[in-house]
Amino acid sequence: MTETTRTTGVSRRTLLKGTAGLAGLAAGSGAITGFPYVKSADAKVLRYLGTAVNEGDDISKQCLKDTGIKIEYITATTDDVTKRVMTQPNSFDVLDTEYFSLKKLVPSGNILALDAKKIKEFDNITPVFTKGMTPGGKKIGSQGTAPWKVLYLEGKDSKKFATSATEFVTLIPTVYNADTLGIRPDLIKRPISSWSELLNPEFKGKASILNIPSIGIMDAAMVVEATGKHKYADKGNMTKEEIDLTMKVMTEAKKAGQFRAFWKDFNESVNLMASGETVIQSMWSPAVTKVRSMGIACTFQPLKEGYRSWASGFCVSKGVSGQKLDWAYEFVNWFLSGYAGAYLNRQGYYSAVLSTAKAHMEPYEWAYWMEGKPAEKDIKAPDGSLLEKAGAVRDGGSYEDRMGAVACWNAVMDENDYMVRKWNEFIAA
Amino acid sequence: MDMSEEVLQQASPGLIPGSGTARAAKPTRLSPSFISWLQAGPMMLVFLAFFLIPLVFVVIVSFWDYNEYQLLPAFSGRGYTDTFEGCIAQLPDLCTIGKTYLMTLKLCFLVWALTLFIGFWVAYFLAFHVKSKTWQMGLSLLCTIPFWTSNVIRMIAWIPLLGRNGLVNSGLVKTGLIHQPLEWLLFSEFSVVLALVHLFTFFMVVPIFNSMVRIDKSLIEAAYDAGATGFQTLVNVVIPLAKPGIVIGSIFVITIVMGDFITIGVMGGQQIAAAGKIIETRVNALQFPAAAANAVILLAITFLIITMMSRIVDIKKEL
Repeated sequence: MTETTRTTGVSRRTLLKGTAGLAGLAAGSGAITGFPYVKSADAKVLRYLGTAVNEGDDISKQCLKDTGIKIEYITATTDDVTKRVMTQPNSFDVLDTEYFSLKKLVPSGNILALDAKKIKEFDNITPVFTKGMTPGGKKIGSQGTAPWKVLYLEGKDSKKFATSATEFVTLIPTVYNADTLGIRPDLIKRPISSWSELLNPEFKGKASILNIPSIGIMDAAMVVEATGKHKYADKGNMTKEEIDLTMKVMTEAKKAGQFRAFWKDFNESVNLMASGETVIQSMWSPAVTKVRSMGIACTFQPLKEGYRSWASGFCVSKGVSGQKLDWAYEFVNWFLSGYAGAYLNRQGYYSAVLSTAKAHMEPYEWAYWMEGKPAEKDIKAPDGSLLEKAGAVRDGGSYEDRMGAVACWNAVMDENDYMVRKWNEFIAA
Repeated sequence: MDMSEEVLQQASPGLIPGSGTARAAKPTRLSPSFISWLQAGPMMLVFLAFFLIPLVFVVIVSFWDYNEYQLLPAFSGRGYTDTFEGCIAQLPDLCTIGKTYLMTLKLCFLVWALTLFIGFWVAYFLAFHVKSKTWQMGLSLLCTIPFWTSNVIRMIAWIPLLGRNGLVNSGLVKTGLIHQPLEWLLFSEFSVVLALVHLFTFFMVVPIFNSMVRIDKSLIEAAYDAGATGFQTLVNVVIPLAKPGIVIGSIFVITIVMGDFITIGVMGGQQIAAAGKIIETRVNALQFPAAAANAVILLAITFLIITMMSRIVDIKKEL
């Protein structure tokens, strides 16, 4: 998930600056390792690089209270997080990133795998990550960069993903969700049950898709497959012909005026939907919640072809060692111990260790968010604002139903370079 | 862009004589040329460190190869060949880069023509019809109002105005002028041009106004006395003397619009290609050499346009 509440743009100028930084790095890299840490009680600081998803102030405050570790957030978009890991690996300690970036991050050698034996709750991590199935035993779609394909490395410094479990874990899972189309039921006025509806001429000029190539192409593939035009072997790893076909279908729709706009950032998607400019579009769960909290009907519509899922987790920078590494383990262990998990669950995401999160939630909250039951009481966000009135049922139902219906995962394709070029062509068409 | 830097550097030596003569009596006096270097120096260093050197890196990187996660410092023209992919094979249809630049140039021309037209008359009004200096200042400050909020807020605010259920559409529907809301008001070339013109007219007004207030009023009186009509005075006296301002304003507007992709993205509903957008997409996919190649192409085209403009008017001479 690429979510941020600010717009980041790269102008020609910042591009120039970035390149200058690259040059400086060659000289500066490696400067941090071996630095003698000052041992004092109040110096437990970790620089935490990630997207806005997990970076709540409440989480860092609670962490300081429980462990004495001070978390300094460095917030960026998913793309910028990856860029930063590549170009400035010493500018952060703990990295919170998505599994699909691993295909780029692991070969760069800039991140360090964590030791599963030092993670207290590792055996309690949901089988979604380790086995590719829900706790109830439903098999989850494995197209794209599914977490269990890239969860383990062959050795400590290996750059190869292991096919079976090892103790070297690329990312310790933290948060994940299943994404689908958002719709305005008050304006559509009929049931929607398939991804193919995105290209239905009925919604001409009122549809939207997101303009982040790596995620947008997955949504496009869900649509193309739903229309019956093509069945992909792996939507997350298309051949050049499949990319051409997908973009052809989307380009025809674009030329016919199907799309009102594409969106790139969280707020844009909220505005498009809330103003009625669009009535059906790819969307993220908290954006749907935001539209609904404005008093406007909006549904995160479950579809028969399933969800597109994403997941993120923790690793550390290659520059982290010694005492700082111990703090990183302490922090990750704290993160999985329940408070943060409950916090994430209450936002509509899912936590990696379900048992500890459950212990930190009220039974009625657990029933609403995780079991798909009607809310016994009003459902409140972590900040106390009202999300749903008593009696409401979560879109898509229970954890089993939602995660069990995942069809594919956010991915980086082998033909990524070609895909990006084709995406630019699509925008220019 | 670099024109304005040159202008600044040209302007500073002119300030020296005064300070030079004041110290004339002292034996340890610094030479005027040293002082001018001292004055121009900081700007020059900033320019060197943050523009020229990075630019050299961009050009070098644009000829490198790359893979999914790193730059490969081996000579490769891939950044360029990928960019022009299909440009010959697809003829007579335009390739991606061709379509992108055609669109960028079209938007650039429309915005330039409109800002020039509107900006010229605003500057004319300020320079010749507003007599008091205070009012001139006050009114030109009014032109900065579009910059009082952030880029993002400003653009989001267009939705309630131009959107399907926005003020303009609901107003028109209520008066019975139209029956269906106008879709092209937002997320279209129209809305992109509208937003850019509303933002950048200011960059035309200021330099043109600056040129106009320096026109000797007796010249206009002389033209009038010689029997010239208002229109003849405008064409033969005011416009030629305002040329440097027009060119500087044009350079501002053209360089900004050529590189813009945020306004084009938001107002065009991300459905309109922009040269800057291609660069951003490439950078986000960690394809730095391809992004650098596109940046070099953009720079070359922008430079070409500016060179053509400065051929028409020799700014150095006119100032």
